[in-house]
Amino acid sequence: MLSIAAFALCAPLRAAASEHGGEKSEEKGLAIGDIITEHISDSYWWHITTWSERHISVYLPVIVRSDNGGWHVFSSKHLAHGEPYEGFRIAEKGAKHEGKVVAVNAAGEAYRPWDISITKNALALMINSAIMLAIFLSVARWYRRRPKNSTPSKFVCAVEMFVMDVEEEIVRTSIGKDYKRYSPYLLTAFFFILINNVMGIIPIFPGGANTTGNIAITCVLALCTMVAVNLFGNREYWREIFWPDVPLLLKAPIPLMPLIEFFGVITKPFALMIRLLANIFAGHTVILAFTLLIFITAKLSVGIFAGMTFFSIVLSLIMNCLELLVAYIQAYVFTLLSAVFIGLSRPEHHVAKKQG
Amino acid sequence: MSLLTPDFGLLFWMLVNFLIVFGLLAKFGFPVITRMVNERRDHISKSLQAAEEAAKKLENVRQESLAILDEARVQQTGIIKKAIADGEQIVRSAQQKAAEETEKQLEAARRSIELQKEKALSEINAQVALLSVDIAEKILHRQLDDRARQESFALQMAEEAENIRRKRSHKR
Repeated sequence: MLSIAAFALCAPLRAAASEHGGEKSEEKGLAIGDIITEHISDSYWWHITTWSERHISVYLPVIVRSDNGGWHVFSSKHLAHGEPYEGFRIAEKGAKHEGKVVAVNAAGEAYRPWDISITKNALALMINSAIMLAIFLSVARWYRRRPKNSTPSKFVCAVEMFVMDVEEEIVRTSIGKDYKRYSPYLLTAFFFILINNVMGIIPIFPGGANTTGNIAITCVLALCTMVAVNLFGNREYWREIFWPDVPLLLKAPIPLMPLIEFFGVITKPFALMIRLLANIFAGHTVILAFTLLIFITAKLSVGIFAGMTFFSIVLSLIMNCLELLVAYIQAYVFTLLSAVFIGLSRPEHHVAKKQG
Repeated sequence: MSLLTPDFGLLFWMLVNFLIVFGLLAKFGFPVITRMVNERRDHISKSLQAAEEAAKKLENVRQESLAILDEARVQQTGIIKKAIADGEQIVRSAQQKAAEETEKQLEAARRSIELQKEKALSEINAQVALLSVDIAEKILHRQLDDRARQESFALQMAEEAENIRRKRSHKR
């Protein structure tokens, strides 16, 4: 999403942009795939824009631990142009660990060190987390300070509306009886995903990082749901997995059904992970592609260029609106499914019979 | 493809971030908000109930006051009606009395007039009788020298007397 602002700014400087987009872009045209990949994948620095062939970027700390046990912390600025620094460099295109920091061992082979660098996505996560904490802690503080019969401000009302909507419509209806135990986790997941999604759509600096379209992030979220489902699942839940109500032959000599059920334990969070990733990832890709249409057609005749620019702006406008919807829907779906899985992990005896 | 292989560093930061956010919000954020909202909801519903009761009471009071007003209005009309009737009664009785009085006075006046009239008539009758006797005496003295005249006169007199009597009876 960064690109929308970035490219709008540097329309006359296509050459510079393309040079940055992929070092190996051909002279003729833009390396569309490279540009899109660069903008939706993680990076050691946060490229803001390119102005008069100068890259304006926020360089972030690289934190790596080499094989000989020493921690190295330095700015990614030293690695920005491909040269090595303190024995580390960024693997070039086509090599193993492409785009990641690698070190060279005694045998002269590049290897991946322990790398907990604060990358673009890590920084975006921190910013978004800070925003989220600011929103909800300030609202909570308002509630703690004011007597219950004072009128909340519009902001507090809006936050309250979202929170109560999620709690009433998703958490309580899906989990039932003791939903209160899970509602903090599900609310956190919902707003974490929502804020990250929305920030991803905003094209300028603090936004624009493709956090929820990154597998590491959706993986952690899905793992958290998996823990919440399985750690607090009751006996009935585990019995349904390892000794379900099916004919004996399906579970006695070869544990066929238990195997399938157990597989389900893993596929459920896996589906959560992939669904969120794919939706956000695809949204970012499509908006970028529409935006890049302007620069692809710039080489063609003026008429086509103008027409396609208009077309592209309209389409990316529509896509941005759609993505805003998707941002909410995906947060909703992730939370709803997590709540449903949690609800299923606490079956009661008679309910279990019906579902079985 | 690196897009589908989670990066360890990002996994680490995500886990740290998410757990911090979750920890803080689960302790200080969401439960506070939801609890307060629920408390406020209870408060509002209680207040609404109280307000409804108050409105009901107020309605009762209003009804009562209306009833009192109605009653007062009925009494008022009753009083006014009675007053009007009384007034009319007084006027009517006064008129009646006055009419009776007038009638009485008129009757008395009529009776006295009648009396006077009869008195005057009888006086006139007496006078007429005296006069006619006087006249008759004089006429008789002058004309009744001979026998023939005496007879015709007597006849004439008788006739006249007869006429007078008839006239009188006629008048009556």
